This record gives sequence, structure tokens and C-alpha cells, in this order.
Amino acid sequence: MDPITVIRSRTVVMPSSNIDTDQIIPARFLTTTTRAGLGSALFADWRYGPDGRPNPEFVLNRPESKGCQVLVAGRNIGCGSSREHAPWAMLDYGLRAVVSTEIADIFRSNSLKNGLLPVVVDEATHAWLVANPGAEVEIDLDATTITLPDGRAVRFPVESFARYCLMNGVDELGYLLSQAEAIAAYERRAR
Amino acid sequence: MTAKTLFEKVWDRHVVVPETPETPAVLYVDLHLTHEVTSPQAFDVLRARGLRVRRPDRTLVTMDHSTPTDTAQVFGGKPIVLESAAKQIRQLEANCAEFGLDLIGLRDDRRGIVHIIGPELGATQPGKTIVCGDSHTSTHGAFGALAFGIGTTEVGYVLATQCLLQRRPKTLAIEATGRLGPGVSAKDLVLAIIGRIGVNGGTGHVIEFKGPAIEALSMDERMTVCNMSIEAGARAGMVAPDDTTFDYLRGRPRAPQGDAWDRAVADWRTLRSDAGAGYDQRVQIDATAVEPMITYGTNPGMVAPVSGRVPERPGDAVFARSLAYMGLAPGDALRDKPVQMVFVGSCTNARLSDLEVAAKVLAGRRVAPGVRMLVVPGSQQIKREAESRGFAEVFIAAGAEWRESGCSMCLGMNGDLVPQGQYCVSTSNRNFEGRQGTGARTLLASPATAAATAVRGRVTDPREFLH
Ligand code: SF4
Repeated sequence: MDPITVIRSRTVVMPSSNIDTDQIIPARFLTTTTRAGLGSALFADWRYGPDGRPNPEFVLNRPESKGCQVLVAGRNIGCGSSREHAPWAMLDYGLRAVVSTEIADIFRSNSLKNGLLPVVVDEATHAWLVANPGAEVEIDLDATTITLPDGRAVRFPVESFARYCLMNGVDELGYLLSQAEAIAAYERRAR
Repeated sequence: MTAKTLFEKVWDRHVVVPETPETPAVLYVDLHLTHEVTSPQAFDVLRARGLRVRRPDRTLVTMDHSTPTDTAQVFGGKPIVLESAAKQIRQLEANCAEFGLDLIGLRDDRRGIVHIIGPELGATQPGKTIVCGDSHTSTHGAFGALAFGIGTTEVGYVLATQCLLQRRPKTLAIEATGRLGPGVSAKDLVLAIIGRIGVNGGTGHVIEFKGPAIEALSMDERMTVCNMSIEAGARAGMVAPDDTTFDYLRGRPRAPQGDAWDRAVADWRTLRSDAGAGYDQRVQIDATAVEPMITYGTNPGMVAPVSGRVPERPGDAVFARSLAYMGLAPGDALRDKPVQMVFVGSCTNARLSDLEVAAKVLAGRRVAPGVRMLVVPGSQQIKREAESRGFAEVFIAAGAEWRESGCSMCLGMNGDLVPQGQYCVSTSNRNFEGRQGTGARTLLASPATAAATAVRGRVTDPREFLH
């Protein structure tokens, strides 16, 4: 994983609340056994018509959304299934951060493990972002801020160890493996 | 000693390395359930790093999500129609062989939906930490286990280290007072709870379900309730173990036996929230007032009594969009809404008692013309028992399809799909857009409501049939 420090991008806005992981990637794409190439399945049922052609109304298909790396979504994005295919599809598509007032637990955890930044902001900041699609924002993981075009920097919470891993481009497995002795001791103690 | 909640007791027992401001706790996992959909990429990581599975004895592997439910496809009379599903099944077989894991494979008579066979085999036990790459792992909390869903990266961590890094979640007590009325089920209760606290009401929390209405539930029913904790956003739901729990587990193949059983029960009896233990939040619900419930929208929080109407929410564009998808309008009555499909199945409601109640409604009756009904047992063992008790005969005589176990139409990965635009009353847990097939319109309800609806071809209050 490449280290993350700063993401600068225009936003794409999907204001619906409760966008579940079945929408982010429908189950029929989960029979894959790899994680590559899922970007084309991202939001498949919203993005393509029944004939498989892109639905021009859908926000990701609009010309101004091209190249946007920051998705601003309604409350409780990522609820539902634990499928990690959801952040995989987003990353493969080119998204690097998801901003909302609330992000569902498992999706947030899965996102952090893959370098997709979950950014939880207050209602007022969120309302501004929803009202101003395409705004140029800067997300700074070191400072844990998202900076709006007017220069206002808003702090967001991020679990400290996940942040360390993302900024250094390492995963948590190395740390867990380094605890082998403690784990073995626990196993002896527990029976 | 400070008073502790059930959750805190189970959590504290499993801390390998305590949490600090810089690092989450290292939490030990007693039982890791694994299936074909969320594991292949995790095995790839092990392979790439030259790692082995640390505790094959604590890893229970099966296949359920993409497996066929058509008997000929399961037992080899016909090839598996969906090639991508067949490939995923072969991949899991290969991974288990390579990493030395026992696999409860496609034709194994112990196979079934992972959240159904864990308890059925007695592998799910009070006080355990249980994880699976599946959000409905919350089901196992019905036994007083701390059980939650994880992603594929974490599946890899658990395979390699038997541990996870976790920050301690908050706690939410949901106390159900009173008692469910006749014809009202655990499914109705949990739908009413989600309707009340919302699909994000439990985010960041572990729920403890308690109170007389919960204590009165059977294990099957407690599993239904805990199963849907995730639909309120909570990662886990728990019920304190009691004699109902122990009676269920006694004698099951993976439960402790002999002296070990007595010791285990003595220990399990301590797994209750102490008087005075504090929760971060509390909610009370009167079970006596709960009626048969059904969803009308595209998340499980959009729910109303079968006797009710679709509510009005002027100015809420998301709500309006959801109703448009469902082909419903504010003020529409739910009762008598015509449906084309009925699905009795899933880890929420495909246990023997669920099939029993559906059979009771269907006995001597027929599925209405123009309605297709699928009954998919939660496991092969449930299938056999339902056959020996005559439930299967009732379903077949009524004109329903009686299938092999698996997730099936709960998520439509194996090709069991609801056609575009059709209404399906389903005993599963998610009515998300497209969950049961592109354009499918799902109405979540109890097995009794589903069966009564199948008979009339219209949404029906099951109490009309259960007198
Ligand atoms: S039955 Fe449905 S909810 Fe349960 S594990 Fe299978 S797909 Fe998931």
C-alpha cells in the first residue's frame, strides 16, 4: 500500500442516506476470487441501464465527475454487508476518500485497511459539501483535517493506529504477527 | 469489584494486549467461521507472505453464499450452472486442502448457512469471541458470545494470528418488557426495534437484548433477534445465556461433554450483566404492543405493522426515491398488497421452528395461483428434520419449492433471483435495492406472515390463519 498523507481533489456528491454495500457493489459481482478490476462494478445497478449502457443521469457518469477522488455521501454510508469488495471497488474506480456525517462500522474498518479514507464531518460542513458538488478539498491525514475552498480546515477523527499504518504504507498484520509471544502466552493461560 | 455488563465480561476475557491511546487492543478469537465469498483474497495474502493458519482447530469452514439450492446441481446430477460460483467453490476446496483446514463441503450432511450450522454443531458457545467475514455473525450473540462480522483483510489476520485489533465499542441495552402476543414472532420484535432506533441506531455499539420478553424466547428466536442487530448498525447483539441456552447446547457434537460440560455451564452462568452495570445507552420496548410487521421501503428501518400504512414524509427526497423503487406511495395500505414471490429462508428465519410455523400456516392450503414460493432450509440437518416431521410434505403439497440449504434468494448470488419489479415477501434480513435481484422489491416479514401471504397472494396478517 502506498503511504497516504494528502489527498487533493474535487468532490462528487451522492446525498442519499444509508447507501448500503449492496448498492456500492451488488452481490452478483462477489463470485470473484481476486480483488482486482472491481471498479467497473461500482454502483453497477445505478450506473448502468438494463441494457448495460451508462445511465447519463447518474452522478458518476456526468463529465464533471471524471477524476474526482472524494465521494461526499449521505449519513450512514456503507451499512449492510461486510463485503470488502465495496472499498476495493471504490479504490479501483479511483476514489480515495469518503466523506459523510456517519460511516457504518464495518465499511469504515474495511476502508481503513485498504487506504480509502473515511472522513466523518459535522452536519454543517457536510451540508456545505452537499450543496457545493465539485468543490476542491484537501484532506490531510497528518493534520487530520479536511480543508474547504475558503480555507476553513475541519478536523476529523481517525483511529490513531490506523492512521499510523496509512501514513507509513504498512498494514496491521505485521504488528499482529509481532505479538506472537503474547498470543501464545494467552493461549497457554486460556487453556 | 466494579459491576460489568455481559459484553465487558466477554471482552475482558479475550484481551491479549490491552488497548492504549496509540494501539487498539489485541483481541483473541475463539472461533473463526469462514465461507467461500469473503475468504479467497485472504488466503492469497497468507500465500504471498508465506504464512500458515495458526489454529485450524478454531476455524470452521463451509460454503453457503454462492452454492446452488437445486438438488441436482448440489449432488452432481447436473453441473453447477453459475460458472463463477462453481469456481469459488473449487477455490475454497483448494485453499482448505493447502492450508490444512477441515471443510464442511458442498455434499456434507452438516453443511448449511454458516450462522445456522455454528450453533447447530454446538461450536457456538457462551462467552466465546466469534468472527466471520459476514455481517450477520451477530447471530451467534444469542448464546452470550461476542460475535461480529469482519472484512476480508481481517479474515486474513485471524487466519494468521487468531487475533484482531479492536477498539472497545460502546454498549446499548435494549430491554423488551411484556411478552409477544400469539402469532407475533421474534422477527416482528426485531423489526419493531429497528423501526424504533433506526438503521444506524446501534452504530459503534454492541447491543445487549434483555428483559422478560427476550428471556421468554427460544434459542431459534433469540438468534433471529441477534441476527438483525447489524440492521440497526450494531456490530453485535448479545443475550445472556440461561437454561434455554444450555438445554439447546447439551449433547451437540462440538459442545463440551461429561465433566467438561458441568464446568462449562458453571462458568457460563456467570456471564450475565451485574446489577448496576452501566450501558452507554438504554432503550425500552413493550413487546406486548408489537404486531406482525412488514417493511415497505429499501432498508429494514422502513417498517410498519401489517395492519398499517406507508407513512408520509413530505420533503424527504431519499424516502420518496425509495418508495418509487418499491412502487408504493405514502398512505398506501400494506395489507392486501399483491405479491408474486415468497421466500422462506436465510440465517434470520430458516431454522426448524421457522419452517414449522410456515408449515402450520400452509397445512391443507395451497400457494395462491401466480405466486412462486421458495422454502430453503438453513442447513442440511434442518432439511432432514423438516422432512421427517412432515413439514416438507406440506410445502410440496402446497405448491412451494423445497430446496437444498444455502443463502439462496437472501442475496441472489447463486442465481435464485426475484425478477425485476416483482414483490417478494421474504423472511430474510435485507430489503436493499437489488438485494434479491436487479429491480426486486423485497418486503421483509416473519415466516408466519410470509406463509399466510403465499396462501392469499396478498400481504396477510398471519393471525388470521393461526387460530
Ligand atoms: S442467509 Fe443472507 S444474510 Fe445470512 S449469511 Fe447468507 S447471505 Fe448473509
